Amino acid sequence: MAARTIPLAIVFFFGVLMTVQFYIPHPVSQRLYEMVLDWMNGVSAAAIILAVGSLVKHHWRKISRRENVVYSGVTLLAFFFMAFLGLFVSIAEDSLFQTLFANVQVPLQATMFSLLAFYMASAAYRAFRARNLEATLLLLAAFVLMIGIIPIGYLIHPKFADFAQWVLNVPNMAAKRGIMIGVGLGAIATSVKIILGIERNWLGG
Amino acid sequence: MHLSTDPWVWVAAILSLFIFSFLYKDNPLYKFAEHLLVGISAGYYLALYWHNGMYPNIIAHVKDGNLWYLFPLFLGLLYFAIFVPKYAYLIRWPIAFLLGAGSGIAIPATFQASIYKQLEGTLLNPLNTYPSALAVFNALLIFFGVLLVLTYFFFSKEHKGVLGATSRVGIWILMIGFGASFGYTVMARVSLLIGRLHFLLGTWLGLLRF
Repeated sequence: MAARTIPLAIVFFFGVLMTVQFYIPHPVSQRLYEMVLDWMNGVSAAAIILAVGSLVKHHWRKISRRENVVYSGVTLLAFFFMAFLGLFVSIAEDSLFQTLFANVQVPLQATMFSLLAFYMASAAYRAFRARNLEATLLLLAAFVLMIGIIPIGYLIHPKFADFAQWVLNVPNMAAKRGIMIGVGLGAIATSVKIILGIERNWLGG
Repeated sequence: MHLSTDPWVWVAAILSLFIFSFLYKDNPLYKFAEHLLVGISAGYYLALYWHNGMYPNIIAHVKDGNLWYLFPLFLGLLYFAIFVPKYAYLIRWPIAFLLGAGSGIAIPATFQASIYKQLEGTLLNPLNTYPSALAVFNALLIFFGVLLVLTYFFFSKEHKGVLGATSRVGIWILMIGFGASFGYTVMARVSLLIGRLHFLLGTWLGLLRF
């Protein structure tokens, strides 16, 4: 019972409660919504401790097996140092914690993502072959967008940028809206299935 | 050329070069920077979740004597049941709470944002509300475009005959959308690359004039 019935009862109770409260415009209902949101933020925050625990366990195991000792050591050292600064020293604007964030984490992350520009270009070169009408449309839309938002687009034709913006605002918007409506209907159907206990994959084996 | 004298700029520049070294091939400098990023990010987010999630949403309320907040604290602690095999199933309770409350909140919110608002924006208005003929054309294109895309996602009937033809046009519109999104993403990455090069050549080496 504790393994399956109680979790299903919790899902049903909170699912129905939070759906119904949305349609009750009363301060008590609003207060309940805010309290459950606080609870959700707190419970989600506890999950990160678990995630971080797995990371530490993984690298600690590697160090004990003498595999990639230096790299795993760097990860653990950086993690404990940053966590110590953030939890026990200060996270103020001018703290070492924020300085490390701005001068180590941000540049590393930005450079890592900027590398994708090279890999996306090479992937596009291999994938973008105008083999049929669908692939040609995809290729043309991407080309128009990429050229249209840089100065060379204006040099090719003064209206090129406007055309790129039109592609973004009109046909792209139609595609996005169709997808969003489809995804929205799917999300609602999945949520109802979870609340009613029809969808139980999350319980695992 | 005016080299930066700020040691943190040097740290950021050298670490950026370590990451760029991957363009040649995987190497120890890249691996060092990659592992450093994982460690720093994990530490950063742990502290951030404590200060912005756990403390203000739970601990502060318990300190103020609001015992209702002991419930999520109890649920949060149940995550650690995974480390005790006999009671590992208890991890389902906090997951059940998040799934249940999340689904309950998502149903009306998704209906509002993903369905109602999108339909409202798609539906056609009286002709005199449009400022130009092009605006009318665009509104018609969006209206029929959304309908055609939705027919492509309608899988309850085989895509043959009229449905086959409309869903095929729906795919064309989807392809234009995917192409536009791809182009936009590529340009976003390129702009990040320009930002990094600007930092290296300008802020660090002082080769660029601002």
